[in-house]
Amino acid sequence: MTKVYCLGCGVVTPVGNTPAGVYEAVRKGKSAFRMYEGWPEPYYASLLERGDFEEASFFDHILLQASRAAVADAGIDITGPRVGLVLSSIKGNVEKIDSEDVSLAVSASRLARALGVMTAPIVVSNACISGLAALLQGIRMIRSGAYDHVLVAGAEVQSRFIVTGFQSLKALSLNPCTPFDAGRDGLNLGEAAAAMLLSSCPFEASSCHSERSEESLWELVDGAVRNDANHISGPSRMGEGSYNALRVVLDSVKPEELAFVNVHGTATRYNDQMEAIALNRAGMQEVPVNALKGTFGHTMGAAGILESIVSMQACDTGVVLPTKGFSTMGVEPAVSVSARERKTDKKAFVKLLSGFGGVNGALLFRKGGGR
Amino acid sequence: MKQASILCGASLTDLYRQWAGDYPKFFKMDTLSKLGFLLAEMLVHDEPERFTFREDRAVLVFSREGCVANDRNYARSMQDFPSPALFVYTLPNIVSGEISIRNKWGGESSAFVLESYDEAQIWEIVRQAFQDSRTKSAFVAWIDCPADENYVTNAWLVDKTDLF
Repeated sequence: MTKVYCLGCGVVTPVGNTPAGVYEAVRKGKSAFRMYEGWPEPYYASLLERGDFEEASFFDHILLQASRAAVADAGIDITGPRVGLVLSSIKGNVEKIDSEDVSLAVSASRLARALGVMTAPIVVSNACISGLAALLQGIRMIRSGAYDHVLVAGAEVQSRFIVTGFQSLKALSLNPCTPFDAGRDGLNLGEAAAAMLLSSCPFEASSCHSERSEESLWELVDGAVRNDANHISGPSRMGEGSYNALRVVLDSVKPEELAFVNVHGTATRYNDQMEAIALNRAGMQEVPVNALKGTFGHTMGAAGILESIVSMQACDTGVVLPTKGFSTMGVEPAVSVSARERKTDKKAFVKLLSGFGGVNGALLFRKGGGR
Repeated sequence: MKQASILCGASLTDLYRQWAGDYPKFFKMDTLSKLGFLLAEMLVHDEPERFTFREDRAVLVFSREGCVANDRNYARSMQDFPSPALFVYTLPNIVSGEISIRNKWGGESSAFVLESYDEAQIWEIVRQAFQDSRTKSAFVAWIDCPADENYVTNAWLVDKTDLF
């Protein structure tokens, strides 16, 4: 099967705009949360500074910024006929509900034009697993043989629409979120954009990457999306979809080969409990687990890409990042989650996400052309 | 391969009575989910062993406008009292979830937004979805619903052997 590598990454977050910078910020425990005035209820979130931004769409702007950074990092030309574009977002420009701009298809077309991508873009809008599902779509496009490179870009900006919706569901915490903790009481929303340039041709790169080798690159090995077939807005009590998605990636890796599982970990009562059950059912209770929502909040359409990028950085430096906000085990059966940084010498991890509509996704990353 | 569609202007309640009739949750759904639910009923109503959990069937729903019709309904409620019942349908993939739940399909479920109705692009993505080693068949639908009274649908039930 064709191997698919990550050649470049780009990020726009409230704690930094380079993968290395964001990783260092996470390691130092930084975050950008604060309380915001709502409509009318206040909310606690991690939002990007608008500054004197005056262009038509802040969403389109950060999406393009992260995309350009990923392309520059990869150092390749993406204007050929064998380059694809996959966009990941849930609500895109939803604040423009009365205009054509509200359509994710319009944002995707604009992004393709701005980047010079010639093929028709695809938007994956699969609730909170969108970023992971978009990466999986990129892998499949390359493995189909029709594409050499696929840029996968995701973003989410917060708005009255999203904030009041989550408030109506009573899903938001007014305090820093505490994934997997006994006292967890809800999620915090976040804004970010993140992009990854996937490729089957790692050595067709510019001279600035002459040091590139199969051993130096992250491979996106395999993944799966599975439905709980249970409820549209609550996870399966048995973690059915997450467990079934994990079973697929465990065809390609043993639990003991994994540095960690970077979980969804939204800090809602039901999500974290469901993930603990799924991990235990999959025999992964000993694998270190971490969640990054305590740093970024829930960045929705960006989360799968952003959290994977930070996880690659951590694994590169032999680090299992701590779960910010966690202190007392709040799931049963327990999983190997920690408030402290841990060390690892393993070179593979799994990204796990779940979302409304009963969707769950798992994706395996491995470094160094193993197996 | 089987094919089904619902013409704009049809009574969805009449279609529900004709094809299902035993699933009152239907009436809580947004138009997009109702359309997806009915299209699936029309294609699988006579399948043996219905409602037995299976992981080998994918649900792949395509559109241009996603869930914008219901987004507008939620945005109206938001001005007054934000409705959680409307908000949970403000995602393009809820229709895929409703179909999965009704039929106990635990395989892949996804929603894609495309620039336009392009069968070549849809079938390219469907073929790619069969790279999942456990997927043996798929419910595929184009359901474009820019407004509750304005939609275009086309749905297929396809086996891997139909495509490869």
